[in-house]
Amino acid sequence: MMTEASPPARPTRPVTQRLTTVADMRPADDFLERPQKVVATNVNFFYGSHQALHDISLRMPQNCVTALIGPSGCGKSTFLRCLNRMNDMIEGTRVEGEILLEDIDIYRPKTDVVELRKRVGMVFQKSNPFPKSIYENVAYGPRVAGVKQRDVLDGIVEQSLRRSALWEEVSDRLNESALRLSGGQQQRLCIARALATDPDVLLMDEPASALDPKSTARIEDLIFELKDTYTIVIVTHNMQQAARVSDQTAFFYEGHLVEAGATTDLFTKPRQKQTEEYITGRFG
Amino acid sequence: MSAVLPHASADLTAPKGQRRWIEGTMHTILWLCAAASVFTTVGIVLILLVESLQFFGHVSIVEFLTGTTWTPHSNPPQFGILPLFCGTILVAGGSAVIAIPLGLGAAIYLSEYASPRMRDVLKPILEILAGIPSVVFGYLAIVFVSPIVRSIFPSADIFNALNASIVVAIMILPMIVSLSEDTLRSVPRSLREGAYALGATKLDVTVGVILPAALSGIMASFILAIARAVGETMAVALAAGKRPQMTLNPLDSIQTMTAYIVETSKGDNPQGTLGYQTIFAVGLTLFLCTLALNVLAQWILKRMREQYE
Ligand SMILES: Nc1ncnc2c1ncn2[C@@H]1O[C@H](COP(=O)(O)OP(=O)(O)OP(=O)(O)O)[C@@H](O)[C@H]1O
Ligand SMILES: [Mg+2]
Repeated sequence: MMTEASPPARPTRPVTQRLTTVADMRPADDFLERPQKVVATNVNFFYGSHQALHDISLRMPQNCVTALIGPSGCGKSTFLRCLNRMNDMIEGTRVEGEILLEDIDIYRPKTDVVELRKRVGMVFQKSNPFPKSIYENVAYGPRVAGVKQRDVLDGIVEQSLRRSALWEEVSDRLNESALRLSGGQQQRLCIARALATDPDVLLMDEPASALDPKSTARIEDLIFELKDTYTIVIVTHNMQQAARVSDQTAFFYEGHLVEAGATTDLFTKPRQKQTEEYITGRFG
Repeated sequence: MSAVLPHASADLTAPKGQRRWIEGTMHTILWLCAAASVFTTVGIVLILLVESLQFFGHVSIVEFLTGTTWTPHSNPPQFGILPLFCGTILVAGGSAVIAIPLGLGAAIYLSEYASPRMRDVLKPILEILAGIPSVVFGYLAIVFVSPIVRSIFPSADIFNALNASIVVAIMILPMIVSLSEDTLRSVPRSLREGAYALGATKLDVTVGVILPAALSGIMASFILAIARAVGETMAVALAAGKRPQMTLNPLDSIQTMTAYIVETSKGDNPQGTLGYQTIFAVGLTLFLCTLALNVLAQWILKRMREQYE
């Protein structure tokens, strides 16, 4: 941490100047008055004896985009993966605290994890297409949910691929292996795959990290559009992206939630020194 | 540093005589180790070929491969290998039918369902099973399996193909389980997570994602296990009988290629006689069968690696 007296380690732009480059800034939302979709209260998370999250409390309101930002290794993915209990898959992990989806505690023993994950979809940090055809990748979720009619599946596949901005590139080779797609195409395929199950909540872990500016813009448009129907939590390393797409931003640092608030507020007048230093690029 | 390594800068051009000598000797010794296995392989194949060629000087290769009677010690002898081949197929096929479903089920259980503690108990047991000498299995087949088989199927011979299939199945089971389990576990966790995140159940993930992704490795493990069953000798020689015949009935007494080789090697067939040479002709056939299976397994595994890239 820097003190007021010491000179900046390297030249930085003032926060306000940086934000003028962001085209689509909206005024602070009314998001706190909206119904709460996911509410995390006093969440601690442990990988074995290593505590990765410390006492995180965060509300994610319905039809809002919450951006999780923070330096690498600060626990953004870990927190995101708590929200659909994906961390259950890792041996030796432990969660404390409470995470409510609407009014259900998702960590209570009788929660049906399969149903939970149908409602809380996820796009992973590393794209992970199945070694199957493009079509079968997208149709997988609806299929395990019991959709069998071919025309219904066809419709879902096309719509999902259109929304993830991949349709034009793959519409004539849906039966080719998904592993032959480029990295960015695979990432959009994974987004399409998550959309195909039509969840309530969509968790996206750096969905645009492997995308070119044009696809990134389309994904951001998509997020904006999806907000009407879904609740979205997105991890991003791109400050402009967080500012563009999100209503609420939460800044994580070393497993602690340093600050969360309306995106416009957090970027223009951060309350914590650490937040300001991070968003102006002084560390992280 | 220079104090620790005196003369470090001196004499860069000429390697010390002693050091060069050690390097050279090590190189030669290690080369000999590698060469030994190559020469042995080449030597075995050459002996098989030379002796078989002498055999095929007396018996036509067409008769050998298509004849349906194997009576090498009768007068006149008949050398049609098909009955022995048939016996081998019967035993290896029967053991595959038993061991493949069991082995795959066990592999799926170990990799997807078992708790780590359960796995720690079961895997060493499988290793013990893999270490039991095959003659023990042959003996068990006679004193234990055969009476059970005959109480269920009274028409069965005392020595029959089914006895052998059952014990060979037990012998190849650990191989199928451990090779299949390895491929199942090597399916990246990210794929499992991707499927679970879409609301898939454990069964959905196993059947729809893990098994297809691991399919080539699993197939390769089946083929390697079948190759092992084809080459299995002691248990089969003891349990299946010594009656070469064209039959697909597992309750019949039969003889496999391996069992014939054992029987004939024990008998007194002086070197150079036709009886002696049959061993090599049958051995060559057996070698070609297992070689083909191994090549097939390697090809499948290579295809799998290409598919993942
Ligand atoms: N499977 C795991 N086992 C043990 N520790 C882990 C595991 N995954 C993450 N961690 C640790 O937890 C901490 C938080 O990791 P996490 O992946 O949540 O960071 P992140 O904020 O998503 O970082 P990045 O921006 O690099 O993706 C790190 O210290 C990391 O080493
Ligand atoms: Mg991460």
